[in-house]
Amino acid sequence: MNFLIAKNNYYDKFGGIFVPEILMPALQQLIADWKYYRRSAAFKAQFKKSLSEFAGRPTPLTEIPRFAEAVKGPRIFLKREDLLHTGAHKINNALGQCLLAKLSGKKRVIAETGAGQHGVATAAACAHLGLPCEVYMGAVDMQRQALNVQRMTLFGAKVISVNNGTQTLKDAVNEALRDWSASFEETYYCLGSALGPHPYPEMVASFQAVIGKETKAQCLKQLGGLPHQVVACIGGGSNAIGIFSAFIDQPSVELIGVEAGGKGNKPGEHAARFFADDVGVLHGCYTYLLQNADGQIMPTHSISAGLDYPAIGPQHAALFAAKRATYVAANDQEALAALKLLAETEGILCALESAHAVAHVMKIAHELPKENIVIINLSGRGDKDLGTIIEKS
Amino acid sequence: MPNRISASFKDHKVFAGYITVGDGDSVAIAKALIQGGVNMLELGVPFSDPVADGPVIQRAAQRALENHTTLFDVLEVAKKIRADSSIPLVLFGYFNPFLHADPAAWLPQAKSSGIDGILVVDLPYEEGKNFYRTCLAHDILPIPVITPVTSTSRLKIITRYAKGFLYYANHKGTTGVRSGLPADFSEKIAAIQSATHLPILAGFGISGHKDAQEILKHADGFVVGSFFMKALEDGASLKELTQIARGFLEERI
Repeated sequence: MNFLIAKNNYYDKFGGIFVPEILMPALQQLIADWKYYRRSAAFKAQFKKSLSEFAGRPTPLTEIPRFAEAVKGPRIFLKREDLLHTGAHKINNALGQCLLAKLSGKKRVIAETGAGQHGVATAAACAHLGLPCEVYMGAVDMQRQALNVQRMTLFGAKVISVNNGTQTLKDAVNEALRDWSASFEETYYCLGSALGPHPYPEMVASFQAVIGKETKAQCLKQLGGLPHQVVACIGGGSNAIGIFSAFIDQPSVELIGVEAGGKGNKPGEHAARFFADDVGVLHGCYTYLLQNADGQIMPTHSISAGLDYPAIGPQHAALFAAKRATYVAANDQEALAALKLLAETEGILCALESAHAVAHVMKIAHELPKENIVIINLSGRGDKDLGTIIEKS
Repeated sequence: MPNRISASFKDHKVFAGYITVGDGDSVAIAKALIQGGVNMLELGVPFSDPVADGPVIQRAAQRALENHTTLFDVLEVAKKIRADSSIPLVLFGYFNPFLHADPAAWLPQAKSSGIDGILVVDLPYEEGKNFYRTCLAHDILPIPVITPVTSTSRLKIITRYAKGFLYYANHKGTTGVRSGLPADFSEKIAAIQSATHLPILAGFGISGHKDAQEILKHADGFVVGSFFMKALEDGASLKELTQIARGFLEERI
């Protein structure tokens, strides 16, 4: 089956379009626009140009031998999405969607953001393309990521504080959807991860697939073969689906997604959706999510705002159900320790989100055959997290 | 026995009231509204992430959840209202709590509690085929939403599965009190009427007698939700709520 392109809006039994009737025409229009532009030579050429000349692609594949030695592991490489403009893989998707918005004639772009990375990426992409931008952000996240709020403002975007519910990413999504249901005729909603109603997971995965394509080509060129393990952190799942995409049909490559284990196993203390093994509908799609006995969506916790979300993208749900990828969790402390070890041994400061993937490799490295090649998708850089890192140290 | 919804529209114009169950004494609130002339009730099942609702109903849902209100509590409230009223009762909510409780298990209980219809905000017909079929099998009528931007072709498909009535959302955006109806309201209603014989209940943004009477010139009924919930939030007594409801039917000076 195809885990990247939806069949009748679904990946296996996951996905769909569960939205209020008012949004159906908006999504049908988006499906039609996406279908047209994804094949348009002009769109593809402009997207490629922005990725290389504005975002800074391709990103390198960096071997980290001193880290590998410290964890008694095999050869470990980082896919350096942290080196992209605005500091994370989010810019790949933001450029793709904002270009789609511009070419399809939308006059305004809205977005939600958790850690602020998608907000910053969208604000930058909008400035780059000359589109007005408004970003919804939970009040709690605005405090945690004050510098990113400043960056969005400098890029000319308006940041709107969301004071409802848990005041984090899921509430920012709610508010963006409310805005869009009144404004969709002139407004484009730039969703930040591979989730939400169809066609968003398909679009976002397609824009992030560049990570996987580059990684695969770099492996073949630099290492003469495919990696054994590809590891990525997973909030909604866009950086993970991006790097997995090139390896899904290579059964020898083990794909591992790392969720936020948070500060404990109790409900509300983590964002490990596969751990709870429960399905339902949130934000337009049927997928694995965290809910209570009454079907109410649970609050989540993670040291990293970008992984602090109760549902997982439908493509990952399908990969999990088909056992093509495995999903594990790393907790707050493990992520923090991994971030520090990587910084000390290699001079690379990664985002707390990406540190979850590094943490899992720390755990398994000593058990892996020495000739293995492990790739970690280093989805973002850690400058934004300095406040949290200092506070928790 | 025919479904109460179908019978209701045959007899009279409908004045529907929405309440978020679990925010305050819902049975008493329902009775106060009925006393004020409400002749159909929409019983809101609170959800943690109500993307189609404006701030008033969001806050009501949050309070209801703080009171640990579940779908089964809503059915209990329905049962108590049903004990001394025969007006149609429609469940109103988001899909996840309905799905999570296992429809085949709770729908029979809903029917025996006196529920006549169900409106699932985030379940368009494409996704809802199985669920709506199960509802119909228990004589709970699936009520679809039509909006100002629903195309004629989509309207035709929706009316094929719809039973009971159509819920017309007057405005784009979320629920909440607004001032006045859109200028093209009567044209929109006429367009729907030319595609279906189902009665039309109009809602979203109705703020007083004038809107209500304007709607009744064209449609078969109207719904008031946020206006009632706001009054309760602002501390209106049940007696005052009854008066507020009456105000939608009788002109005040």
